[in-house]
Amino acid sequence: MKALSQKRRHPLAVIALLLMGLLVTGGLYAVATTVNEAKASTTSYSASDTAEGQKLFEANCATCHGMGASGTQAGPALVGVGAAAVDFQVGTGRMPMQMNGPQAYKKPAQFNETQTHQLSGYVASLGAGPAIPEEHLLDEKGNAAEGGELFRVNCAMCHNAAAAGGALTRGKFAPALADVSGKHIYEAMVSGPQNMPVFNDANVTPEGKRDIITFLKQIESNGSPGGADLGSLGPVAEGLFVWIAGLGVIIAFTIWLTSRTS
Amino acid sequence: MSAASTAEAPAFVAKTKTGRITDFVDSRVGGSGILREFGRKVFPDHWSFMFGEVALYSFVILLLSGTFLTFWFDPSMAETRYAGSYVPLKNVEMSVAYSSSLNISFDIRGGLFMRQVHHWSALLFVASIAVHMLRVFFTGAFRKPREMNWVVGSVLLILAMAAGFTGYSLPDDLLSGNGLRIIDGVIKAIPVVGTYISFFLFGGEFPGTAVIGRLYMLHILLVPALILLMIVLHLFMVVVHKHTQYPGPGRNDGNVVGYPLGPVYAAKAGGFFFIVFGVIALMAAFFTINPIWNYGPYDPSPVSAGTQPDWYIGFVDGALRLMPGVIGDFHFEYVIFGYTLTLNVLLPALVPAGILFTVMFMYPWIERWITKDDREHHVLDRPRNAPTRTAIGAAGFVWYCVMWAAAGSDLIATHFHVSLNDVTYWLRALFFVGPIIAYIVTKRVALALQRKDREIALHGRETGRIVRLPHGEFIEVHAPLDEYKRYKLVGFESPVPLPAVPNEHGVVTRKEKRRAFLSRWFFEDRVAPATPAELEAAHGHHAPAVEAAEESKTLSH
Repeated sequence: MKALSQKRRHPLAVIALLLMGLLVTGGLYAVATTVNEAKASTTSYSASDTAEGQKLFEANCATCHGMGASGTQAGPALVGVGAAAVDFQVGTGRMPMQMNGPQAYKKPAQFNETQTHQLSGYVASLGAGPAIPEEHLLDEKGNAAEGGELFRVNCAMCHNAAAAGGALTRGKFAPALADVSGKHIYEAMVSGPQNMPVFNDANVTPEGKRDIITFLKQIESNGSPGGADLGSLGPVAEGLFVWIAGLGVIIAFTIWLTSRTS
Repeated sequence: MSAASTAEAPAFVAKTKTGRITDFVDSRVGGSGILREFGRKVFPDHWSFMFGEVALYSFVILLLSGTFLTFWFDPSMAETRYAGSYVPLKNVEMSVAYSSSLNISFDIRGGLFMRQVHHWSALLFVASIAVHMLRVFFTGAFRKPREMNWVVGSVLLILAMAAGFTGYSLPDDLLSGNGLRIIDGVIKAIPVVGTYISFFLFGGEFPGTAVIGRLYMLHILLVPALILLMIVLHLFMVVVHKHTQYPGPGRNDGNVVGYPLGPVYAAKAGGFFFIVFGVIALMAAFFTINPIWNYGPYDPSPVSAGTQPDWYIGFVDGALRLMPGVIGDFHFEYVIFGYTLTLNVLLPALVPAGILFTVMFMYPWIERWITKDDREHHVLDRPRNAPTRTAIGAAGFVWYCVMWAAAGSDLIATHFHVSLNDVTYWLRALFFVGPIIAYIVTKRVALALQRKDREIALHGRETGRIVRLPHGEFIEVHAPLDEYKRYKLVGFESPVPLPAVPNEHGVVTRKEKRRAFLSRWFFEDRVAPATPAELEAAHGHHAPAVEAAEESKTLSH
């Protein structure tokens, strides 16, 4: 102990202290986040979850969705939409909505995982609806080829064959699907958020949804084998590139070639 | 006797072995004569003259990379299951054509690179043709004696588009299949014969099992052969006509000022081939094009978002997108004697392209008729010095660009966060108003530039130096132009409108009246170049006084 107190003015003491502080904070944070994660993955809701969820709902959502989620002029009733819808909308930051418009944008989530869990518990308690998917459907170990076929037939017309997104009417759009978690993709399919149709289990089986998620994650992690993908937007991006970059460089060379040295 | 003649005129014997071989070949094919003729051919130097070369080189690269691709591509629509190394398509049912395209991309060494070289150079090929044509149009290079070559060039543009489209359809992926489906729809919209043509082309109902093989034959045999033929004609006429040149001192319709082909120009042009090849190779190495593995095999049911043709077909796709299905209660679809007439497909698919190409082919004769100009022109117009032509060109260009932009309307909507409907409404308005605005603005800009040229020719360039004269007057010093620069600003033709003239019977025909009207429209707004008398008058201005004052100031230091 004496040795420690003698060394307390050592020039390296500050660094050691800083390191220790960082380790402790980081460690605690890691523990805290894994605790949250574990909670979120349980699909059962306790009475206190529901009660807390109701409080959150009344404070943050009821303005538009009404008391008891019965709906108002400004927002639809949420009875029977299920936990999946809430987890998707709140978990991706689309709800609470930033402003009225054709479609809510994805933005940093306003509620943490516990609060999202409580909110979904509350809404789920109002009426039966699609639940948060089980872990084994999100393991990304399905059949990517089957998933690709399902994706092209069911999803590509709005989301683009390479999942790069696309336009809908009147300012609505289908977002790009890179960086969307498997859970949120699954929830979107079962709940049909914003302008998306519902793909229930009769349309696309849970196994099929697992395949689709596998396909999406695989093309995302594959990257682009042919070089920079120019946004995977197809011939428009390619045409723009050849006119601006390709022809631009060529023109620079023609000017160089025909410039006189004098 | 024969021995005596050889003794009289001893044959030339080269000293080295290489020399003897060269002499052997030359005395049989006459190469030195050809080289002497062609090597002295003079080409003017200007960067805007090089786009034809870019097109030619892109075509050579297309032939080289295309030949590589034919070694592995199999244009069969037989069904197979993919067994290559791209996992997300493993065991998926597809055509042999698509499977072999995937194998080129993933399992043939260098295959993906060559596919990308082929596709990028195809885009560059048509783009450089387009820019080359714009250059020819805006500088008036299509005038006598080059009208026929303009036509050959226009045919080349259409052939290039045909080559591109047939190639685009070959991989039999979802994107190319969607493109073919649109073509099929357009063909079927042609009254009466449309269905028959479609069944003939596809060998039955779309998609059938024949079309890829047929397109392949067109793509690798007929279209390239025609392109090659047209290129030969095109270049032959360039040699016959000689190259045009920009106006400048010492340049007139009777000469060509520039570098001879050999050695300078040949070296530059040869090197430029490798530059073009290098640029394309870099694009192919670092930027993916047509990632067919993303699109999946063709299946008539799905249509992906962001399905567009390659850029050169884009304007037709855009016109289709702009066409309303109904306007109020007015429908565009009729059933006549059991045949369906779908004007909402037929009109946008054929009419704008028809107008564009008809005007393009006819333009040299249209202008010739209006201006009654039957002289040969080898010196180009600066675009500003032909304001009406430049304005017509700009109007056509904007019209094309509006349709072109419409082909990307969905991407405009998503990337600029605007409503797709609004994009369509705006582009519909611009389809009609855009060319008119472009015409007016371009003409005014051209005339303003001419006025500026005239001003500079008369008074010199503003130097920004303000000088106070001894009696208190402030003036800005104008630096006089040297003669070479001044020639460029004053040495151009500025035709006046040609009034209607009676024919041999002393009658002013209705046609002649129309021509006179168009001639007035063409030439009535003009800024005449400064005449020598005007230059003389302007030169006697206060400028020398300032210069004298400047000089004395410099001396006093």
